[in-house]
Amino acid sequence: MKNVMACVDAQGNPAAVCDGAIWAAKALGASLTFLHVLDRHPEKAPQSDFSGQIGLGAQEGLLSELAELDARRSVLAQEQGRQILEGMRQRATADGVSEVQIRQRHGELVESVVDLEAEVTLTVMGRHDHATVAGRHLDHHVERVIRSTAKPVLSIPGQTFETPRSFALAFDGSDTARRMLGQVGQSVWLKALACTLVFVGSLDAAMQAELDAATAQLRTQGFTVGIAVLEGSVERVLPQHLSAQGLGMLVMGAYGHSRIRQLIVGSSTTALLRTSSVPVLVLR
Amino acid sequence: MTISLREQWLGNIRGDLLAGLVVALALIPEAIAFSIIAGVDPKVGLYASFSISVIIAIAGGRPGMISAATGAMALLMVTLVKDHGLQYLLAATVLTGVFQIIAGLFKLGNLMRFVSRSVVTGFVNALAILIFLAQLPELTNVTWHVYAMTAAGLAIIYGFPYLPVVGKAVPSPLVCIVVLTGVAMALGLDIRNVGDMGELPDSLPIFLLPDVPLTLETLQIIAPYSLTLAVVGLLESMMTASIVDDLTDTTSDKSRECVGQGLANIGTGFIGGMAGCAMIGQSVINVKSGGRGRLSTFMAGIFLLIMVVFLGPWVSQIPMAALVAVMIMVSIGTFSWDSLRKLREHPPSSSVVMLVTVVVTVSTHDLAKGVFAGVLLSAVFFANKVGRLMQVKSQVQDDGQTRVYTVTGQVFFSSADRFVDSFDFKEAVRQVRIDVSRAHFWDITAVSALDKVVLKFRREGAQVEVMGLNEASKTMVDRFGLHDKDGAELPLGH
Repeated sequence: MKNVMACVDAQGNPAAVCDGAIWAAKALGASLTFLHVLDRHPEKAPQSDFSGQIGLGAQEGLLSELAELDARRSVLAQEQGRQILEGMRQRATADGVSEVQIRQRHGELVESVVDLEAEVTLTVMGRHDHATVAGRHLDHHVERVIRSTAKPVLSIPGQTFETPRSFALAFDGSDTARRMLGQVGQSVWLKALACTLVFVGSLDAAMQAELDAATAQLRTQGFTVGIAVLEGSVERVLPQHLSAQGLGMLVMGAYGHSRIRQLIVGSSTTALLRTSSVPVLVLR
Repeated sequence: MTISLREQWLGNIRGDLLAGLVVALALIPEAIAFSIIAGVDPKVGLYASFSISVIIAIAGGRPGMISAATGAMALLMVTLVKDHGLQYLLAATVLTGVFQIIAGLFKLGNLMRFVSRSVVTGFVNALAILIFLAQLPELTNVTWHVYAMTAAGLAIIYGFPYLPVVGKAVPSPLVCIVVLTGVAMALGLDIRNVGDMGELPDSLPIFLLPDVPLTLETLQIIAPYSLTLAVVGLLESMMTASIVDDLTDTTSDKSRECVGQGLANIGTGFIGGMAGCAMIGQSVINVKSGGRGRLSTFMAGIFLLIMVVFLGPWVSQIPMAALVAVMIMVSIGTFSWDSLRKLREHPPSSSVVMLVTVVVTVSTHDLAKGVFAGVLLSAVFFANKVGRLMQVKSQVQDDGQTRVYTVTGQVFFSSADRFVDSFDFKEAVRQVRIDVSRAHFWDITAVSALDKVVLKFRREGAQVEVMGLNEASKTMVDRFGLHDKDGAELPLGH
């Protein structure tokens, strides 16, 4: 049984994530799991007392005080999460998803996603991005989940989710891209959407041949395929093209390069996750 | 739950900086006091506290734990300093570090699992008592002024936090020290102050090789001290680490902590500091003040050095009475009062283990000996308890011609005698069958006890048949692993 897992919490865009997950679950004919992760931050002190003094039973006293504080916060967070999850379950059931589960886990989001990976076909996540001086700052969660999980991830930006009717497939002729093409070809649910193969860069004969072959491959598998060739930097021109053409979703492969290279030259996957205003489906 | 290295340093910046400051303020009097215990100049303890906290912040395995010059270690150095001088202490400090690194690499921190809760409690209580006892020389043969000052100091330390607003914002030990120093200077009291106890740091520490001859003789002098220092240092560090683990609900890397303690001591020996380890009292103060990360330990060392080097002339004016008050507070705060209250609730064997650990430690001034006694005693108690999990049942078959004994439970050195006594050798039967398939024979003692039983029955003229010995003696293999046998089950499972 296919299973879509949506990671939700109170921050970011839970409503859009919920809608996106419902759409994906229905398109895939999958069951839907809403996951809420209670992420504690033990590296942060919840309170501080600068009296610098320790008296009778200081250690036991401090332990019970800190434990009590943690307990109260956990109960609250758990209750809040449960309410969010319950709301989403009702929404998904009303929308006609056959099987809806809700789950709460302690720990870090990334850990939980990896732990549950075996029972998941697609992970849906929202973005907790916030504007900083340096521009839009992508919450590390999405990026770290994509790096850690071997399953596809659907990242949903914005506060509302619009059902995609078409998608752009970022293609650069690399091995990663070719593997991704195979994966897309087997995804029956994507056939309902019009596909545009997008190549960014200067087109030579070999690349043209690659693109033609890719188009032919997808067409034989029943896709409606168009081609677009763009010039400029990927993270700028690709989102522009998407909005100009009204393409509803971006599909791409994840992290073709080593971590060290990304550290130096940056990664277009991260950049696109940050700049795209439509959902991004990242395939492994 | 794992916390990334980045979070360990930068996850709690504000809390760590402030907690580091509070800890540094409390570290200064402690470092001075422990130097005096060891019989060295205060600067030896102060340099040590600086370098240990800074190095352990980087190399340690338990973020948020405070390590510095400690009383437990200082007590072990007294005779070395008295007989051979400071330079030998520095060499011993370096060697202590080497031993601790070796312990870390061999993962000896895992041996802590043999140290039971009662021993840990005993250790903590003994430590508190030793810290308190170490203050007594400052309180004997002195004028009433000293008593008045100490009492006033304690009153400030425990009373000040109750003041509104400032109470929880300013460390009360600092208030105690500042007020008592001011009073002593203003009244011109002729009581002992820190300046009388020896040299204070007048510069930043510099790298120095310990000035000892590199001979076998030197090694023979320092090695026994270093070994004890290494053991006590790691014991206190491991115990403090698990206390901090509990307080913050996180985990620590014990082997890394051992290696870190070693590196810290090596570095400290080379800048003229005495050996140290983790401190229970200070670590509790750190967590209480909101310190969680490596930054708090690091900054505690930095703040300490800055304050001592730049406020040196003022530090020398601090009356010893103020330090005594702070140390009494540390002693009270370290003591586990719960253990006194629960002395009667806990099983007598646990309480005895705890008390023996305390008594041995306090009488020898050596925490290693106390812990050793405690561990030994808890092992004996445990063996005794498990030895009781052995039962021999018997029944008659074939019209009284055959007696069948069924042995269940654990047969080993502690229960072997009782095992032999469970058979009735007086009874005259033709055949004896001993079914040991549901028993576990843990050692040679158990097997020879069985041999003895068989022999005795034979002498009485009975035919003896032992059943299931193979299953029973599987446990004798030293590398007894349940996982690699078919149908494995826990030895106690039946």
